[in-house]
This record gives sequence, structure tokens and C-alpha cells, in this order.
Amino acid sequence: MAQLIKTKRGLDIQIGGKAENQLSGMKISEVVAVIPDHYHGITPKVVVKEGDAVKAGTPLFYNKAVDSMNFVSPVSGKVLAVNRGERRKVLSITIQRDEKTAYEEFSPKAVSQLSGDEIKSLLLKSGLWVYVKQRPYDVIANPAQAPKAVFVSAFDSAPLAPDYEFVVAPEMKEFQAGIDALAKMAGVKVNLGVKAGNTIFSSVQNAEITIFDGPHPAGNVGVQINKINPVNKGEVVWTVNAEDVLFIGRLFTKGQVDLVRTMAVTGPEVVKPQYVQSLAGSAVAPLIKGNVTMGVEHRIISGNVLTGLQIAANGYIDPYATQISVIKEGKDNHEMFGWALPRFNKFSASRLYASSLLQKLFGKKEFEYDARLLGGERAIIMSGEYDKVLPMDVLPEFLFKAMITGNIDKMEALGAYEIAPEDVALCEFVCTSKLPLQKIVRNALDNMRKELE
Amino acid sequence: MSNNPNPLSGHKYMNALRKLVDKVKPNFEKGGKLEKFHSVFDGFETFLFVPNTTAKSGTHIHDAVDSKRTMIVVVLALVPALLFGMYNVGYQHFLALGQSVGFWEMFIFGALAVLPLIVVSYAVGLGIEFIVAQIKGHEIQEGFLVSGFLIPLIVPVDTPLWMVAVATAFAVIFAKEVFGGTGMNVFNVALVTRAFLFFAYPTFMSGDVVWVRTGTTFGLGAGSVVDGYSGATALGQVATATTQNAQLVDIIGNPIGFIDGFLGLIPGSVGETSTLAILIGAVILLITGVASWKTMFSVFAGGALMAWVFNVAGPDTAAAHFPWYNHLVFGGFAFGAVFMATDPVTSSRTETGKWIYGALIGAMAIIIRVLNPGYPEGMMLAILLMNIFAPLIDYYVVDANIKRRLKRAKTN
Repeated sequence: MAQLIKTKRGLDIQIGGKAENQLSGMKISEVVAVIPDHYHGITPKVVVKEGDAVKAGTPLFYNKAVDSMNFVSPVSGKVLAVNRGERRKVLSITIQRDEKTAYEEFSPKAVSQLSGDEIKSLLLKSGLWVYVKQRPYDVIANPAQAPKAVFVSAFDSAPLAPDYEFVVAPEMKEFQAGIDALAKMAGVKVNLGVKAGNTIFSSVQNAEITIFDGPHPAGNVGVQINKINPVNKGEVVWTVNAEDVLFIGRLFTKGQVDLVRTMAVTGPEVVKPQYVQSLAGSAVAPLIKGNVTMGVEHRIISGNVLTGLQIAANGYIDPYATQISVIKEGKDNHEMFGWALPRFNKFSASRLYASSLLQKLFGKKEFEYDARLLGGERAIIMSGEYDKVLPMDVLPEFLFKAMITGNIDKMEALGAYEIAPEDVALCEFVCTSKLPLQKIVRNALDNMRKELE
Repeated sequence: MSNNPNPLSGHKYMNALRKLVDKVKPNFEKGGKLEKFHSVFDGFETFLFVPNTTAKSGTHIHDAVDSKRTMIVVVLALVPALLFGMYNVGYQHFLALGQSVGFWEMFIFGALAVLPLIVVSYAVGLGIEFIVAQIKGHEIQEGFLVSGFLIPLIVPVDTPLWMVAVATAFAVIFAKEVFGGTGMNVFNVALVTRAFLFFAYPTFMSGDVVWVRTGTTFGLGAGSVVDGYSGATALGQVATATTQNAQLVDIIGNPIGFIDGFLGLIPGSVGETSTLAILIGAVILLITGVASWKTMFSVFAGGALMAWVFNVAGPDTAAAHFPWYNHLVFGGFAFGAVFMATDPVTSSRTETGKWIYGALIGAMAIIIRVLNPGYPEGMMLAILLMNIFAPLIDYYVVDANIKRRLKRAKTN
């Protein structure tokens, strides 16, 4: 029987626009873009030039620090441009997509016939390694360092997140192959965090299954690691998103890099929230065209409302995003005396507004959200706010203070190795002082990595 | 915006006001004529309208809570103590004069006596706050909204206004701004004001004369005090008592007890006398979650326990034998426990630390009251003392977390 871990601390934010479990076809733009900045912490060395023909799986650039690490084209077609910015920084590589996708062929051997090292080099070569991330630092894993564990979370608890059970169910064979590949490559069992009540993932083989029951961020892999096998100094844990396990699985069942994914198009400003099939690198426009509200300024987010990237209406989906969220920008909203009014339509996890009470007593769910901070930035005043939404054995306020002051010894001692920006997204949401905590964590981790590696 | 739930948004006066704000705004921006007043303008703008700044990084949506809301709820929680304090100032005055007048006459007398204290406290404190914000290019922080409201409540009604002004200026500059403003201060700003008054003007601030206004207020309430009048507070009487079991009396010599201390029609600092009014504030703070119940509860528990220990095994003084339950309702104990000890910035910030911090404040306040005859009231000093130790308490709590992590690394 799998172990059950219940978490109490956290918060499920009620926001309108959850995708219905139905799929509405394939939506990929004519031009796709691969943007090096989406892969945090790498320096790209471009190997294609304008006019080159590429297939799905053809390398576009590699990582200067680890030259076996390829970044590949998600489609077949012709390279339109290698766009560079200041100091020749590569901004994006755009590709005109062929009508019919041609794939680079990687030998479609079964996982059982390959050694761990062969699997690893196949992933690096095919560009799928980018989906293997590591703690500490929450960056693409260093292939030279063996992990003590591999963690896959089989559910996403973020607001309006896609239902992995719905997304992965049609491809359980690929999912299993992906898990097998990860286990063999890492030489350790894969820890699979499954949501309580979920059935399809509990039959996955070759994985240590732990059942989680609790509010967001229970689905965050960081929380699951902290509960099961926390990262200590000098240790490395690999993490892979459950949807990305499919990419790895497909490589071994089909021998191809197939980056098609089922994405949830969500948010209060989406008219009909639903699932569509698209691709990392596709423009966002075809996914939301004709399906968003009119007459308001939108904020389009590649990812969820807590951790996603803001993209322009003509922007591109980032490779890790499993959903698109659309909310109001809200810049034109000047609420008068907001601090004094009851504001029944605004959500607050604190009891300074009636909303959390309304939610508890009457199940009120419809709250208005937009991108405003709803306050001015201040020094940290309230205590204990962050602890309530972070179910980890970490003292977040003290960790943030160490990060703000750049005290690396303190960060190390207080658990910086265990934390990723996404884990503190809820802390940022509830913060009375409106501090940009994810940015603080990201910068601190980068700084730490630079100093210690 | 037709679907906007805010009843004021979209209203024509609101729109006109917004237009006016937008029109004058460029003057206050960088390079504008009134650039020097940018912080002040920003303060007023964000007072009128929720800022429309949107998230630039990280989380795209935010909780509706902000520091304005938080501070205003604390001010709201202080209102019962203020209103009762106003009434009590009038009540004590007319009691001292032996005149019997109606409720409103007492209240208006008290309100007029207390209002100047509020005005001076806010004018001085916010004035400094505005200037510093402008110099540092910050937004105006709301912390002083609370401090400025606390100050008039913890001083005796007859404190000269110039002293309040000097003490407030001292506290805001030296206890807050030099540390970096709201959120960075080590000491509770209102208590530093009180401590400054206490130590800078000791002859004036202790003794029996400042607690009851016997003179007139704006020409109201003329008269002379009745025979046998004494303005000593309950704790003052205990400190100077010569017998072990002192009988407390009110200002005209009638005996008083626990229930009078609880209801608060006794002499004392403006807002500190009524434990009942303070508890109403406590309920507001606890329901909204602004104050930590752990801190609040442990102050009372620590105080009660310490006082009981003295009751059972203390020295042969009136203070040691002052019943433990009376300690909790007389003087500034309840006010300190509810409004001062729970100040999140200067208290312990870890959950475990809050228990220890609170209990030590309660115990320390009673120790000072009982063992130091020079200070009949120990609450102010106890909280200021524990303000210093709060980071130390947190240090050990945080250190336990660090050790746990190190141990985990070794056992793996």
C-alpha cells in the first residue's frame, strides 16, 4: 500500500475558467520560436543559420557549458531567422513550419535494451534532457552529477492547472516507458507523487508511489521531495514534470522527438476554457483566438497565474508550460478607498476581508482577479503569513531575509537547496508587503550557484 | 465599468476626482514643478485609490490584503478604548469636582481633552514620516497610523502637548527612521514615546497629579476638587501602601476592586483603564488575524502565573500580595498585552518564539511591578526589554530548524 501524506498548509485559490475535460483539436502556429531564455541558466551556442532546413529533433543550439546538451527544433521546416539582441545575445530562433512534420529518427530501442548511459546520451542528443531539472537551484540537471532520487509529481495543484489524469491517460504506455527510462538512467527508483483518489497513476510500475492529500502546493515536486527525501548539501535530486515524461516515453516507443502536448487554455477571460493540442514554441495566438473576452486589456500567461510567464499577444509558449491563462490586466481599474471597503469580490486569504469566511460558509467561489498588486511594496511587517502556505520544514521568512541580504551560509543552512521559485509563489500571493518573492528566490539561487559551482 | 462591485467606482464624483488626480499627477513626477512633494502626493493618491501597479514578475494575481488594510483594522480595534477613554476622562474630572453631569457632557469634556493629544501625535509623527519618505524617495508607510493612535492612549490626559510633541519626534526619528522605517524598527515606537516622557520628565510623569484633569478644557468644566481628592492610580496606591493588604480607592476615597478595574472608571492613562474596551479591540484583532493569539494569550498567562507566585511566596509588600487577577486589569497590563506585545515588527516572528516572548513579557511586567518600588507600572519596560530579546528568541528557534536540517543530512 502506498504511503499517504496529508498536508494542511497551503491554499487553493478559487479563480474562474477551469478547462473542461474535452479536447478541441490541434492548434499550432505557422511560425514557431525557440527562445534560449526559456531555459534558465544556459548559454546558447547556435548551430543553424537562416534558411537551414530542420526536422523535429534537429539541434538548433547547444549549451556552451555542457556541449552534449542539445536544444532542438520542435517542428520540421525552414529557419526563418536567428534573432539577436544587445551584445549578440540570442533572443529567439524562428522556424517556418512544414505542413507535415518530418522527424529526426532516433533508434527506437526499448528501454530494457539500453544501458543507463545510453539513455542519458540519447536524451541529451535529442534535446529532451532539458525536461530533466534538478534541485538544488531549479535548473536543467547537470548530466555529470548522479542524483540520489528522481521525483515526478503526477498532479498539478496550481490554480486552473490541467488535470494530468485527463492529459496522460491516452498515453499510459509512453508514460510508463518514460518512467522506466528515468529509473534506469538514474539508477534509482522514481518517486511518483499521486493525488489522493487518483487511479490511473497508482498502477505505474518501477516507481515508488506516494499519495498526497492537501491544498496547493501539495502537487509541487519541491514539497513532495521535502516530505519524502529532502535535499541536503551536496545532494542532487532530479525532477521531471509528468507531462514531460511523455516526451521521454515517446522517444523510446516511437524513436522520435514528439513535443505535441495537451494544454489547458484557462482563466476568467477565456470564453470557453478547454484543452487543445499544441506544441512548445508555438505562438499563443491560435490557441486563444476567438476564445477570449472582448473590450478589456488582457494579460496572457504561459503557465499558471502564480508562476507563469507573461507573454505578449503575439508571443510564444514556453517549453515547460502546460497551460495558458488569460486574466485582466486591470491597469484601468482605480478602486476608490479600497482599503476601507468590504470588497466582497476580492479574495484574501487573510481574515481582513470577508472573502475567506464567505468561501468557508457559503462556498463562494467567484472572486475578481486582475494583475494588480493591490497595494504598495513595503518591508516585511506581518509574521507567520508565509508559513501558512508553505508545507515544508523551512522557515520561509528567515530564508527570504538571508536571500535578500545575500548571506549564502545562512541560505544554505535554512534550506535554499530545497526550494524553487514556484514553491514560494503562494507566499508571494498572500504577502501583505507585496514583495516579489519568486524573483528574490530566483536571483538568490543563481547567485548561490555562481558562487558554489 | 458596469460590473464593478465597488459602489464608489464609476460614480460621477469619483470619476471627477480621478480626472483631477490624473491632471495634477504630472506635476509631482520626476521633473515636475512639485517633484519635492512626490511622496506626499503618492500617499494621498493611494489613500484615495488602490494603486493600479500591476505585477512585473512572479505571481500575476495578488491577495487583496495590503499594509493599509492591516493598519486600519488595528486603528479600528483601538477605537473602543479611545471612546471609553474620552468618556472616562470626563467622568473622572466631574467626579473630582463633585459635580454630577450627564453622559454627553462628560464625553464631550473628555473628547476635547483627548483630541489635542491625537492631533499633536499625528501631526508630528506623520510630518516626520512625510519628510523622510520624500528624502529617501519611498512611498509613505502606514505604520505611524497605528503608532500615532497608540500614543494618545498611553499617556496621562494632563501631559503637556509640547512634551507629547518632543517625545513623538524623538521616537519616530530615533526608534524608527534611523533603523529604516516601518518594519525595520527594533522597539515599539509608541512605547518609546512613553518611555521618553517617563525618563525625560520624571517629576511630571509620575506621582498623582497627571492622571485626572482637574482644570478646565477649552473653558469647560470649571470648579474645584472636593475634599479628600487624590489622583493616585490603583498601582500607585499599591506601590506606596504601608500595609500588606492595601484597600484600593477611587479618586474621592470610595473603595474599588477587580470589577472597577475591569470596567475602567478609574484614573489612568487615557485608553488603558478599561479592560473591557481593550478586550473588544482584542476580539477584532483576533478575528481578523492581525494579532497573534499566541502572543496575547501567553502575556496574560505569564503575568497571571508570575503574580500568583508572588501571592503565594512573595515578599511582605502590598505589591506582592496584590491579587494576581487584579494585576491583569489594573494599569497598562491588558493594553500592553493586546496592542503592544502583538506588534508583529518588534515581537518574536517565529510561532514558537511568540509563546516564549509573550510569557516573558507577562512575567517581567509583574516582576517590575512587585520588586521595583520606583516603577509602579512594569508593562512598558517589560515590553521594551523583550523587544530587545525577541531576535534572540527567534535566533534559537531558527537555529533549531538549522540543526534539524544538519542532522538530517548526517543520518542520510
